Amino acid sequence: MKRKSVAVVGAAETTELGLIPNLSQLQLHADAALNTLADAGLKPTDIDGVATAGESPTSVAHYLGITPTWVDGTSVGGCSFMIHVRHAAAAINEGLCTTVLITHGESGRSRIGSGRFGASPASLAGQFEAPFGTMGPPTVFTIPVLRYMKTYGITEEQLAMVAVVQREWAGKNPRASYRDPITVADVLNSRMIAYPFRLLMCCLVTDGGGALILTSAERAKDFPRKPVYILGTGESVETPMVSQMADFTTSKAFRVSGKKAFEEAGIAHKDVDHLMIYDAFAHLPLYGLEDLGFCKPGEAASFIWERNTAPGGKLPLNTNGGGLSYMHSGMYGMYAMQESVRQLRGVAPAQVPNAKISIAHGVGGMFAASGTIVFSNQAP
Amino acid sequence: MAELKRPLPHPTPETQHFWEGTRQGELRLQRCDDCRHVYFPPRPFCPKCASRKVSVFKASGRAKLYSYVISHRPAPGFTPPYAIAVVELAEGPRMMTNIAGCAQTPEVLALDMPLEAVFEKQTDDITLALFKPVKG
Ligand SMILES: [Zn+2]
Repeated sequence: MKRKSVAVVGAAETTELGLIPNLSQLQLHADAALNTLADAGLKPTDIDGVATAGESPTSVAHYLGITPTWVDGTSVGGCSFMIHVRHAAAAINEGLCTTVLITHGESGRSRIGSGRFGASPASLAGQFEAPFGTMGPPTVFTIPVLRYMKTYGITEEQLAMVAVVQREWAGKNPRASYRDPITVADVLNSRMIAYPFRLLMCCLVTDGGGALILTSAERAKDFPRKPVYILGTGESVETPMVSQMADFTTSKAFRVSGKKAFEEAGIAHKDVDHLMIYDAFAHLPLYGLEDLGFCKPGEAASFIWERNTAPGGKLPLNTNGGGLSYMHSGMYGMYAMQESVRQLRGVAPAQVPNAKISIAHGVGGMFAASGTIVFSNQAP
Repeated sequence: MAELKRPLPHPTPETQHFWEGTRQGELRLQRCDDCRHVYFPPRPFCPKCASRKVSVFKASGRAKLYSYVISHRPAPGFTPPYAIAVVELAEGPRMMTNIAGCAQTPEVLALDMPLEAVFEKQTDDITLALFKPVKG
């Protein structure tokens, strides 16, 4: 891929986040898309590439009145939007299209016009996992963690601290769903959902959406907002069944995707000013920090405990409050990238001073897939 | 309201031998005839070397507790709290299951505890392989 030649020129979320019972899932896509088109100073007819997950790109394109010459309906869970960015960059470089709109919208809480959950009983997950009482992500995504905790001697207090630190960031963000400070004791005293996961270690379930517009770095200079360039990208998938992960202490998809993104960007870990790691549950930042290479295996919990990722720390992480406190519609990856873009435009509510390089790392399904994007506000 | 049962599998041609086995009180795995890799879930080729020369065999039913959560959420066919577990079979592969015949608490459910397969009939067609602690 001819890298360093594509930029984000439009980025916005839905006007509202949280409880939006008056909009269907498709309209959440459209609300985010219209805000993003306005942000970029474009009209739907200026868009010639559409990528989305949750809805089909056909539905989104037709609803918005777009006639694309390129579409991508990759739908591998919450990191699909990172993967769309990767594919869009390649498509723009290849000349398949010039201006790509990536949309996300999900009526995760209100369930208006949204799809159904659950694997077919004839799928492998339907045959070999569903019969054992799996009840959605809180009971499935969480299964590897006891093995991780035993392997590295991680405590429940350390797991709880992930949520505590992210709530500190959320406290700085007026759009965050939960902003009141919490303690480790508050987390450990919250309702048990799936041992060892308490309520405050689990993500929110809210309604919302977000969208991005990408074009060539050459054209990006002519847009109203400061361009945010794509330096490197990665993607991978491992397994649709959490029980079949090769190693319960590390995600292969994370490692493959992260390595690819770092290599393409040609950066070192010390170059990274700001980091977003998709946090559907409190263990994901631990796996993410280790699998991306910011911490050695087993050391991420101490890294967070010692406030390296907290406000004032050397590696600001999940500065919007994350899926644990900001919002989580179901496929959160789009919101992680929105925060990376805000940080690099210099307009984030909890702004990291002089942030130049930000990474947004996503997970799809339950450790099933991954996508990683390295962003920069410095022209490559 | 009708009594809610746990979701049951719909076997496919590639998984028939497994569900036939559980009906007969056997845990059946597959082994590659070329590279000897033992694997699960079922498929008619080796996931390691792609050979189509594979055989079904009866596994020992011995396993150890690899990881789990104890779900407190309501679920059809279950009375919370109950453990959703992954066990590592003596032959190598891991599978999801429930742990039968013991309290569903972190104190009782120690990682790496030895387990053995037990077979719980659900319908005339479907029997599930669960695991219980080995007495000792
Ligand atoms: Zn083989």
